[in-house]
Amino acid sequence: MSLMAMLALIISSTLVYSAPLIFTSIGGTFSERAGVVNVGLEGFMGMGAFASVVFNLTFADTLGAATPWLGLLAGAIVGLLFSLLHAVATVTLRADHIISGTVINLMAPALGVFLIKVLYGKGQTAPIAQDFGYASVPGLSKIPLFGQLFFEKTSGPAWLAILVAIISWYIIFKTKFGLRLRSVGENPQAADTLGLNVARLRYSGVMISGLLGGVGGAVVAQSISLNYSASTIVGQGFMAMAAMIFGRWNPIGALFASLFFGLSQSLAVIGAQLPGLNNVPSIWLQIAPYILTIIVLVFFFGKTRAPKADGVNYIKAA
Amino acid sequence: MTTQKNSFSVALFSVLFGLIIGAIIMLVFGYNPISGYMALLGSAFGSMQDIGGVLTQMTPLILTALGFTVAQTAGFFNIGLSGQALAGWVGAVWYSLSFPNMPVYLMIPSALIIGAGLGALAGAIPGWLRAQFGASEVIVTIMMNYILLFLGNNILQNTMSKGIKESAETTKQVGANASLQMKWLTDLTQGSSISAGIFISLIMIIVVWFIMTKTTLGFEIRAVGLNTDAAKYAGMSTKRNAVVAMAISGGLAGLAGTIEGLGNYLNFFTQNGSPAIGFDGMAVALLGGGSYLGILGAAAILSVLKIGGLGMPMSSGVPFELVDIVTASIIFFVGASYLIKLMQARIKAMDDKAAQTTEAKKLSNVGSASDSNQKGGE
Repeated sequence: MSLMAMLALIISSTLVYSAPLIFTSIGGTFSERAGVVNVGLEGFMGMGAFASVVFNLTFADTLGAATPWLGLLAGAIVGLLFSLLHAVATVTLRADHIISGTVINLMAPALGVFLIKVLYGKGQTAPIAQDFGYASVPGLSKIPLFGQLFFEKTSGPAWLAILVAIISWYIIFKTKFGLRLRSVGENPQAADTLGLNVARLRYSGVMISGLLGGVGGAVVAQSISLNYSASTIVGQGFMAMAAMIFGRWNPIGALFASLFFGLSQSLAVIGAQLPGLNNVPSIWLQIAPYILTIIVLVFFFGKTRAPKADGVNYIKAA
Repeated sequence: MTTQKNSFSVALFSVLFGLIIGAIIMLVFGYNPISGYMALLGSAFGSMQDIGGVLTQMTPLILTALGFTVAQTAGFFNIGLSGQALAGWVGAVWYSLSFPNMPVYLMIPSALIIGAGLGALAGAIPGWLRAQFGASEVIVTIMMNYILLFLGNNILQNTMSKGIKESAETTKQVGANASLQMKWLTDLTQGSSISAGIFISLIMIIVVWFIMTKTTLGFEIRAVGLNTDAAKYAGMSTKRNAVVAMAISGGLAGLAGTIEGLGNYLNFFTQNGSPAIGFDGMAVALLGGGSYLGILGAAAILSVLKIGGLGMPMSSGVPFELVDIVTASIIFFVGASYLIKLMQARIKAMDDKAAQTTEAKKLSNVGSASDSNQKGGE
């Protein structure tokens, strides 16, 4: 295998595996920046995956190649609606954020598989007809060398995810909304004193995380698993949560953490095809991403600091 | 991440509301909720075998819930319970299959210690990494769940000798010298896979309660969890307590896995994902509201739902997943106990008001002038 082909393979599979993590970890960043701890990312992804597959199976005939992209939208909407459960519980009903997140994680696969059984009469769906596959970015793929490596036969959702990361960084750190969002996550009392609506801002943080988590799940379903069952989303949400913490609650940090996880996960999958790695026992490639994460976390990052009021319910004085 | 002490009534209302949500969902999708719930009760309590099944299900959940609670008391969020349980399961089964001739009085205690010890080690590592380097235990335990899952499967598939394996994907059954199943219990429950594990779980509730509330160690763990700085100022080692608390937590999960291996399944087989007992144990701990008796009750309720749910598709057509939706709803209401407390407060306020107005009427009958004052005070 030529060096170019090897690099192209590594880059494209890294992007495929990173994309869902990027979307979801940025979603988590919005929620936690607003002060709502989000262990329910896994559940949001599950509902997004469910919605996109049902949408895809229903409309693939009429919509053709546009189906997976509209499936993302379906995942986003359902993820957002589902996240309202977390928002209502934590913001309005003052529930413990961890408990509420656990509820989300317990609820999503149960609800998803229940509905699949009601809709199709069995525990897993048929494979979808239209998936993301690999596409070339028009124009950019013509750049010599660089274009060939990064934009030819690449994952469309991954580039969308990278775009979302940049936009999210701008929103969180450069806009009025972002400043307000961060202020309710750091010191809700002060924010309230200045006339900000703490509850509304926290709702929007959680809802953005539901939206992006739903997109993340839809990407998994339509580019990796290609159907929906109880095992479509197993742990990707927790990986995204780790990427969020790893990225220090910063969308760009979350982006790079997700790319790192994506790279190491894809090495476990494509390692057998790569010279040099094909003699390593597969168990080492399987566990390497997780061990590396722990090592990097321990030796290079040390203490991570969550937003100050993350997980603290704000009870407005009557 | 505060430990919420829920009153008994909150838990009771939560279960009630969760069941109502389940009934509504069944109605919406065209199932009959009454026959659905009858099927659930029927397959949870229909025979001694079903009851044995419920107790078998309860056994690991009690232990993982205790583990979650201990870590939470020390201020840790241990999502690694499933990996820690898996470590105990693989280790104990491997050990007991490797020594088929060891007498039972040596084998069982040592297998339990090895299983719990492996779980404790898997718990102590993230505890130590956080105490020493400030690494988030949430990330480390998530990562360790994967590491232990892949390692466990790999040990089964590639490391264990052929002689102790049934196939590439399952080990042989553990011998009579390591089995926790007891003949009279098995006979009593018509061949369910209940084992002495249920007694170990019950004893551990008392042991953990005692350690956490009556000993210096428990006091220190609670102090560190409540206020790390204050505990440090009082001369307690926060590092040591972090490691010890996570080791106890992981050890309890490891014990749960050991009992799954030596009591319930009697073997180890390739796992597709982390064992569910970790997350279900979290749900039990949350429903139990951090109280030790609460854990017992919550484990019983969730196990009845789980085992009962298995019979629902057969006799009422309702998909099994309904019980997981009910479980999630129950925990939702536990978490949102503010809602239930608010409703209770409303009801109480209405009662008080009713009592007051009757009081006021009595007074006005006597001709007192304080009636208007009372109204103004409301």
